[in-house]
Parts: sequence; C-alpha cells; structure tokens
Amino acid sequence: MPAAAPRSGDAIFASVEHVTCSALQNAELFTLTYGAIVRQLLTDLEEVDEVNKQLDQMGYNIGIRLIDEFLAKANVSRCVDFKETAETIAKVGFKMFLGVTASVTNWDADGTCCSIVLEDNPLVDFVELPDTCQGLYYCNVLSGVIRGALEMVSMKTEITWTRDVLRGDDAYELQVKLLKLVPEEYPYKDDE
Amino acid sequence: MQFFGGSDISPSPPAPTASGHNAHMMYMFNRNGVCLFYREWNRPLRTLNPQQDHKLMFGLLFSLKSLTAKMDPTSAEKGNLGVPQLPGQGCSFHSFRTNTYKLSFMESPSGIKIILVTHPRTGDLREALKYIYNLYVEYVAKNPVYAPGTPIKCELFNTNLDQYVRSIS
Repeated sequence: MPAAAPRSGDAIFASVEHVTCSALQNAELFTLTYGAIVRQLLTDLEEVDEVNKQLDQMGYNIGIRLIDEFLAKANVSRCVDFKETAETIAKVGFKMFLGVTASVTNWDADGTCCSIVLEDNPLVDFVELPDTCQGLYYCNVLSGVIRGALEMVSMKTEITWTRDVLRGDDAYELQVKLLKLVPEEYPYKDDE
Repeated sequence: MQFFGGSDISPSPPAPTASGHNAHMMYMFNRNGVCLFYREWNRPLRTLNPQQDHKLMFGLLFSLKSLTAKMDPTSAEKGNLGVPQLPGQGCSFHSFRTNTYKLSFMESPSGIKIILVTHPRTGDLREALKYIYNLYVEYVAKNPVYAPGTPIKCELFNTNLDQYVRSIS
C-alpha cells in the first residue's frame, strides 16, 4: 500500500514552501550573491563579452539540473507544444524559482518564437550599470538557465535579450526561439 | 531480446527477506542510455554481466515504450514503428507483472528513467517512483560535486533510498 509515499512527497513540498516564506531574507541574499558573482567575473575576465558568455554558461549548468527539480516539484503534465511550454516557464517556472510571474507575448506565425516579458526582476534590485560596463547583459544567467532546462526536455533553443531595464528599456524581455526538437534516439549501436 | 521465462529458470517468488527489503533491484537511466544507478537488494539470479544487463534493460524499456505508444487504440495519429519519439508523446506504460516479479517504470520529461523491480504482489508504485525522483533531485541533481550524465555515487542518496525502499510494501 502506498500510504507512506504521498506523505513524504508532501513533506518535501511543504518544506520548500517553508523556505519561500522567509523569502525576504533569502531574496536579498540571493540578489547580493549574484551581484558579487558578476562583479568578480568582471574583475577576472575584464571583457564584457566574456562575462556575458560565462554568465550564460553558468546559467546553462544550472538549467540542466534545475529542470529535474522543476519537474519533480511542479507536478505539471507534459507540455503538448511549444506554446504551452513557454506559458509554463513564464507562469510556473519563474514563479517557483524567482517568485515573479512573467508573461508571454509576440508569438510568430509558426508558434516557434515568442517573447517572455518580466516586469519585476529580483536579480537587479540595487543594481546600476556604470559606463564601463556598457554591453553587459547583467541577467544573462537567466537566458542560460532557460536554454539548459529546455535542452533537457528535447528542445534546442536560442535565447536573446531584446529589452533590458539596466540598459534603459522599460522591462526585461527575452526572445525565445525554438530551433529544433530532438527526439530520443536509441543510443546503442546495433552491431553487437 | 529475451524475456524471463516461466518455471524453468526462476525459483518460486521470494518472500520479503529478513533484512526487510521488499524490492529486488533498481535501475536509473538518462536519455542517452547511460546507466546512472543500479542497486540490488535481493537478486538470486544473474544471467548477464552488468553492461549487458543494463543495455538489455534499457533496450527493453525503449522498445516497450515505442510499442505501447503505437498500439494505443485511443490515439489518432498513425506513426510508423521505429520512428523516434519525444519523451512526452504517446502513452507510456508504467508497469508489467510476471509470475515472479513486477517491474515498475517512470520516465520524466527530461528523460530520467527509474525502474524498480519488486515482488509480484506489490501495488501501484507510481507514487513511490515519484518520491524516488524527488530523492534524486535533492541528493543528486542539487549536489555540486555530481556531474550530470555520469553514474551516481552519492552516499546520501544511497542511504535515503535504502531507507525508503524498506518501507515500500
């Protein structure tokens, strides 16, 4: 009888909720930690383009692990198409990990390209970019996270920033473009 | 591909052992066929070396998934057998039972497959497999020392898993 199992699963979920209740302290620590990472990268790498690349790579490494946590905790059923995927990222994913809800707009005719718009972004609290850092995509870790996570569910995507408040725009907008779907292939060669 | 036969190979169904483990063994694979994890608690019969055993298990599941999806009477699309599918498409089976064991299966959309082999009178283990997936997330995915896509060598995962499996009936 599966009596023990659902309770334990619920216990995990409840403990996650408990952590997000002390969100205020955790959020600030998170924001400040992220800021420290970006500052250190700027000092180490000096080139703004290199820093952008590193942030994206870090985000990618986070995304490939985050996807399993998301799938385990969010209990969403499989997304039928890319439209549903984008909505899930914006409404469930961002809410779960950053505590903010994003919206999805600007769908193209094929349904393979859209924009995710963030009004609120906890990563950039207290942040102002100095003149020496023009060209820096401060939140580039987010694009890496989404790219990594989607790759683990068979979608190869290309993600770029089209609007960035730290660069003078009015919101954060990520363009997410589905390049191709990579179905699961039988991995072993048939010669043995 | 060989399936376990009837009476000529296997002994009668083993009763729960003195150590209290109700499961025989567990496998975990990722989408590329890498065997991330294998643990056995009670396996009296071993016919193949570990690599072949893992390949056989993975191949079995891969084919079963494909077959069950293609034979789905409620699905409208008529794909061809053998065409690769996305980990979300089609229906997916969750267990099969023989006279000597029951194999329960769960696949996440990210391609992580968890297989648990238990005695044949076990009930529906889908919740249990979900809990094991949660254990994987907490002790393996979140472990900074672990490199995704490689075999799992996390002591905490092993201990918690053993503890949990002991409680499954």
